[in-house]
Amino acid sequence: MTGRVITITSGKGGVGKTTATANISAALAAMGHKVVCMDADIGLRNLDVVLGLENRIVYDLVDVVEGRCKVRQAMIRDKRLEELYLIPAAQTRDKNAVAPKDMVRICDELRQDFDYIVIDSPAGIERGFKNAIAPADEVVIITNPEVSAVRDADRIIGLVEAEQKGPAKLVVNRINTDMVERGDMLAVADVLELLAVELVGIVPDDTAVLVSTNKGAPIALEPKSKTGQAFRDIARRLTGEEVPFSASNGNNGFLGRISKLMKSKEGRNA
Amino acid sequence: MSEVEAIQIDIKGIREGLLVSLPQGEWPALEQALLDELARRGDFLKGAKLIINAAEHELNVATMSRLRDRVTDSGLLLWGVLSSSAQTERSAQLMGLATRIHDGARPPDTEPVEEYEPAAPQDLGPDAGIMVRRTLRSGASLHAPGHITIIGDVNPGAEVVAGGNVVVWGRLRGLVHAGAGGNEDAFVCAMDLSPTQLRIAGHIAIPPAERGQVSPEIARVQDGQVIAENWTLG
Repeated sequence: MTGRVITITSGKGGVGKTTATANISAALAAMGHKVVCMDADIGLRNLDVVLGLENRIVYDLVDVVEGRCKVRQAMIRDKRLEELYLIPAAQTRDKNAVAPKDMVRICDELRQDFDYIVIDSPAGIERGFKNAIAPADEVVIITNPEVSAVRDADRIIGLVEAEQKGPAKLVVNRINTDMVERGDMLAVADVLELLAVELVGIVPDDTAVLVSTNKGAPIALEPKSKTGQAFRDIARRLTGEEVPFSASNGNNGFLGRISKLMKSKEGRNA
Repeated sequence: MSEVEAIQIDIKGIREGLLVSLPQGEWPALEQALLDELARRGDFLKGAKLIINAAEHELNVATMSRLRDRVTDSGLLLWGVLSSSAQTERSAQLMGLATRIHDGARPPDTEPVEEYEPAAPQDLGPDAGIMVRRTLRSGASLHAPGHITIIGDVNPGAEVVAGGNVVVWGRLRGLVHAGAGGNEDAFVCAMDLSPTQLRIAGHIAIPPAERGQVSPEIARVQDGQVIAENWTLG
């Protein structure tokens, strides 16, 4: 078995990388895949909190890197899903405690036993980002429909290309359809027009995400939630399934525009 | 290996940081010699910005990326790569590294271009230009002494600086500077001309935020002012 390494990154902070990592990992595990998610945000860890596993941490990523424990010992099994594990970041160290080659080594070891290794990248374009993308087979960029987040996503897409890890895939998080219709927010089509990469998800702006994050229970595991469905759709697309965007979002005019635009982009890149 | 010891790495301080000049030689050995030299100087150089003059060495992105990681591991920052090789320069630009250093002593109008050595084997004169077939994303920077043609978009946060004209067959939304050597006759044209800022020679213009129908436009200096008009043949 050789697992795929998926790195979730964004450039800008606070756009929802950690939430997306937790939910995509949970959705993949709920589909029956063996998944380990890894927090590469050394010094500012919070994937453990979002997954509700904070109190079970014994060893962390830096302990593995520095040889104080084996990878297995640092893995925490999720409370709800049998096949979901977390490797937490160290809170008391900084990004320089880990080097890109350490990440590659650890991921190569994990590939033997897991279908998916999902890495939560820290914000920024420095060492932590380089650590997170060094082992990646696939890079997923999270952005929000706001100009500054899109600008940073553009920069990151360029850096990912330069590291020969591209083409990156895109998730637009926190879309508020009412605001888009009123013209107060960038539409997904506007974001795609600039970034010109493959879209794998649109996640609505939903206060329930905040609640689930605080509770440490990923919203992707709530069958009735539309936002949870959006994350489940992303997970399915990442496994190679074709999932139409109308499944997670009913507005035809809006989506018609997106799919039209995606087709024209494909044509241009070909 | 006695050959490695013979490699002379020259490091000198300039305004931007440390300029490292690499001699002739085979690449892996040179890279090692550089890192050994950095290690030998130890803490003295820690945190400094490094600009490497790679001369005609051909470096691809993977090699340069590894070099950057190793420089970072030595506690320094790889900030720029100067080269007369087009391949090396392209790699550096892709990685968002500087490919040219400023000389602060000169006024901005006459600043950049003359110290640049063209990558082309023969000098094609002032009409020489380069063509780039990709989108320049935020953080990318493209500098050339002659004309620049881009087939693709120039996104916000990217910059294009040419001694001559700039033609963008796509959307131009970043910063563009034509006639950077002071040529007032330089022009900029694009299928969609909406740069963050547009400079021609010493003139700076900020295009209006709201525009109507998008059509190809050309910007040039007329009576001391930057003007944009429809780009038509003839």
